[in-house]
Amino acid sequence: MLYIKCPHCGLRSQNEFSYGGDATVKRPELNKEVSDRDWDNFVYLRKSPIGKHLELWQHISGCRQWIKVERDTLTHEIFKTLKANEEV
Amino acid sequence: MSEKFRLDKGGLINRNKKISFKFNGKKYFGYAGDTLASALLANGVHLVGRSFKYHRPRGFFGAGVDEPYAIVQMNRNNEVDPNVRATEQELFEGLEAKSVNCWPNVDFDIGAINNFLGKFFPAGFYYKTFMWPKSFWYNLYEPIIRKAAGFGAASIKHDKEKYEHKYEYCDLLITGSGPSGLASAYAAAQNGAKVILAEDKSRFGGSLLTSDVTIGNQSGQEWAEKIISELKSMPNVVVKNRSQVFGYYDHNMLVMSERISDHLPKTEKYSPKQRLWYIRAKEVIISSGSIERPLVFGNNDTPGVMLSSAAKEYLKVYGVLVGKKPLIFTNNDSGYETAIEFKKNGIDPVVLDTRKDPNSEIIKEAKDLNINIKSSYVVVAAKGYKKVKSADIAKISDDKKNISTIENIKCDCICVSGFWTPTIHLASQSGNKTKFNEEIDAFVPSQSKQKETTLGSANGIFTLEETLKTSFEKGNELSKQITNKENKVTVPTVVEKKSSNHDKFWCVPLPEGKNYKRFLDFQNDVAVSDIQLALREGYRSIEHVKRYTTLGMATDQGRTSNLNGLQLVSDIENKVVPQVGHTTFRPPFSPVSIGAIVGREIGKHSKPTRKSPMHYWHEKNNAVFVDAGVWLRPRYYKQGSENLFEASKREAKNVRRNVGVCDVTTLGKIDIKGPDSAEFLNRVYTNAWLKLPIGKARYGVMLREDGIVMDDGTTTRISENHYHMTTTTAQAANVLSHLEYYLQLVWPELNVNVVSSTEQWAGAAIAGPKSRDVLQKLFPDLDVSNEGLPFMGYMEGDLFGVNAKIYRISFSGELAYEVNVESDNGNYMWEKIIEIGKEFNIQPYGTEALSTLRIEMGHVAGSELDGRTIPYDNSLEGLVSKKKDFIGKRSLSKKAYVAPDRQKVVGVIPLDKKTSIPEGSYIVKDAKAKLPNPKLGHVSASCWSVEYDNPFSLAIIKDGKNMIGQKLFALSPLKNKTIPIEIVSSHYVDPKGERVRS
Ligand SMILES: [Zn+2]
Repeated sequence: MLYIKCPHCGLRSQNEFSYGGDATVKRPELNKEVSDRDWDNFVYLRKSPIGKHLELWQHISGCRQWIKVERDTLTHEIFKTLKANEEV
Repeated sequence: MSEKFRLDKGGLINRNKKISFKFNGKKYFGYAGDTLASALLANGVHLVGRSFKYHRPRGFFGAGVDEPYAIVQMNRNNEVDPNVRATEQELFEGLEAKSVNCWPNVDFDIGAINNFLGKFFPAGFYYKTFMWPKSFWYNLYEPIIRKAAGFGAASIKHDKEKYEHKYEYCDLLITGSGPSGLASAYAAAQNGAKVILAEDKSRFGGSLLTSDVTIGNQSGQEWAEKIISELKSMPNVVVKNRSQVFGYYDHNMLVMSERISDHLPKTEKYSPKQRLWYIRAKEVIISSGSIERPLVFGNNDTPGVMLSSAAKEYLKVYGVLVGKKPLIFTNNDSGYETAIEFKKNGIDPVVLDTRKDPNSEIIKEAKDLNINIKSSYVVVAAKGYKKVKSADIAKISDDKKNISTIENIKCDCICVSGFWTPTIHLASQSGNKTKFNEEIDAFVPSQSKQKETTLGSANGIFTLEETLKTSFEKGNELSKQITNKENKVTVPTVVEKKSSNHDKFWCVPLPEGKNYKRFLDFQNDVAVSDIQLALREGYRSIEHVKRYTTLGMATDQGRTSNLNGLQLVSDIENKVVPQVGHTTFRPPFSPVSIGAIVGREIGKHSKPTRKSPMHYWHEKNNAVFVDAGVWLRPRYYKQGSENLFEASKREAKNVRRNVGVCDVTTLGKIDIKGPDSAEFLNRVYTNAWLKLPIGKARYGVMLREDGIVMDDGTTTRISENHYHMTTTTAQAANVLSHLEYYLQLVWPELNVNVVSSTEQWAGAAIAGPKSRDVLQKLFPDLDVSNEGLPFMGYMEGDLFGVNAKIYRISFSGELAYEVNVESDNGNYMWEKIIEIGKEFNIQPYGTEALSTLRIEMGHVAGSELDGRTIPYDNSLEGLVSKKKDFIGKRSLSKKAYVAPDRQKVVGVIPLDKKTSIPEGSYIVKDAKAKLPNPKLGHVSASCWSVEYDNPFSLAIIKDGKNMIGQKLFALSPLKNKTIPIEIVSSHYVDPKGERVRS
């Protein structure tokens, strides 16, 4: 079970969090033309890297904040955790 | 039966407390402090089971967790416990155990015929033997395998015992209380670190209990006792015996199972049987010691052949002789220690040493004691079927390739020592890259992935002096970094006998003309010949050899077999062991009972149960409940001998005719506040939200980004910047996360706050043509007329002294209101509604009637909003704004979503107006068409229309828009039904929606 450092609450066990996928995906802006391809990339296509991955987790049984976690998908090492508005 | 093999004195057992127990139906005596194994051996019982594959007689091989054979089925306090090691089971008064894997009994086992038909059971026998013919599998092979295999039978009864889980955090978790565990724990504790010391046996001390050493001015055992009692008295230390750390998981999370009551005749009141500890440790010290390695020779599985360390432990800890004419077979000095213990207790052992001319302090002591030592000698084969009677021995050449004339020597046990294997399982589980240590012919931990350190013999250090020195150092160093305190202790002086190098020899060649079975894996019956065959058949990777032969795959995880197996593979392949590599160790290190893993999360406790504040009223009024997510909701209220169908029909009819009341507390509720709330709702919902007036509710649909409907519900504008959103019961948690996602990550510039208020409000839906009359009497001061409180209106009121919020919204399609009060007042409100509604014939209605009402109105719900449908499919396209953007809008223009024959919700009636259509039925054009019959869609929800008194269903079918009036078929292969149907509008009752506005 992972041990995730919520930037708001501190170190907590994985079972307090829920996974939210790739944190680098940017939603296309509202009211802007988006090509079919760009939209499909946004909705469906995700990378599945071995190694460093910046991902979203929500501290669902804690402060309910969405946070960013930089994690190694192979070793599960967590390098860094960030608040939603912080960049790596 | 008297204990013929118990010494008159000695050992750590309590000789004042005699204990009676039964094994295979026969009564024996032992002492408090015995294990089942030591007590049986004291009684001269060696035959305890039959082997897994060949059903050969099996005895005791080890004295603890290393035991591969002595697995028994326990009967304790009328509960059975399979797969228990007799070497670990402590004796208690009235213990009952029996052998497993033998039929009809351990003395006469029919399966032993396999032993003589050995050629049918070579490596890969499962794969080869049971392949064909296929028809034999169910009737012949499977029942036979099931009967013959396994280490016991699980009970099919409910386990009455309680198991607990515990979460713990510490600075240092130390696994094993031998010299390295004690020293490191002591040093860390002195520095103020929070320490957990776990010992899997009942006694602390590990190898110190059996070794002949002096620490300071005390014996090893006395020193261990002193350290343990000091540790126990320290507030920062938790010391646990009978506790096995069996799994090492990510981020230094380890799991330990504590056997709290297994050593007692009966679990004490308020006490669990076992407790599972989830421990998050800053540092882990693995001090799990090492396990003696067997030597491989003919019939080395005969009862009476055992590890020399086990023989010594039975002697020193339990005062039990495993034999009176012992033969010791060793390639190192450890065998001599056992020989010396025998000699000291008046027994004359014979030592066979594979080495030519060994010399050391220990060997000198043995010689001084006049022990018969034969150098360059090996055991060729054990003789005797159910018990060792003698041994064929021979001198072996210097190159270890040839044996000379065979001599037979009488003996009643053969104690073997093939040197030591560090117990690296936990280190390996943690991700440590182990390395092969040539000096000890074994793998030891090397590069850590997590914060773990392996000490003592688990790390290949076999002298006590170095073990203590490094363990004190490490304990001090690791704890100091955490506590920033140092209170260094001096390392005591150690007196121990020096030993000489071991011989790398491990497998005795077969004598000419003999094909004795020489076992490597004692638990899974894997012999040298099986590995040879696997390699001949082309298996190379050790992982494949393991799976093909089952070497090391038994519950003992190959503790005594792995290295000899690797040696053999590397010998045949002409490689060195590190090239072959070891297989991966996985948790659990030792079997864990399922009960402990499940803990208290069983039956009703496997998930929380949520009840509304009106729950007890429902109960008192004969509600029959149904699970709605984690909520319990009344499905119907039973009157007299009514069944579900009759009751729900009565309740639904009463709503259509008079008035009903339904508990809607379970609906998700989200409080939304902030100046940008309207803008936010406008982006979340598909319809327009910017112009909703204060005091008005609106129905809305929200999508996922892929255009699929996520949820629906009403949201009411309470004041300028305050909204009250409702969601479906099932989606409440997801919707909240969804909103938080957009507010925190996508549009952080919006000044809006959301919070769940589901539990803050109790809700009652009052529905039916007479609902206004009820409402007026509940709130006599309010104007609840159609003008005063129009459809989708909202007002606040005083309900006999409590604040209430009134929403004029409807799920049933009737004139209806939802009244919310603070949860604490829920039951008060409910009783008032029932009391006041009496004169209007109010009746409570459950979810079944609720479904009926919404289905015949054509209101979509969870069964249509099933994660596969877009607004159009649900006839909700009118709510999709063309002007503004919102979540998921871009997806709605996808080709498939705008196809002219896109699926759509429709109504379905059986042509005979009698046959109910099972939910999930297929809809097809031609009931008799060739398979696969093209499917037009499926029936999503069915009810008995109370308005028309015939069955009615909703279905989502291809080109639904143009299908109205078509005569089709509903097929339910599951219920074997073919029902002719007609497609009608989904709005079966009140299609213009006049009632809700009346
Ligand atoms: Zn948090």
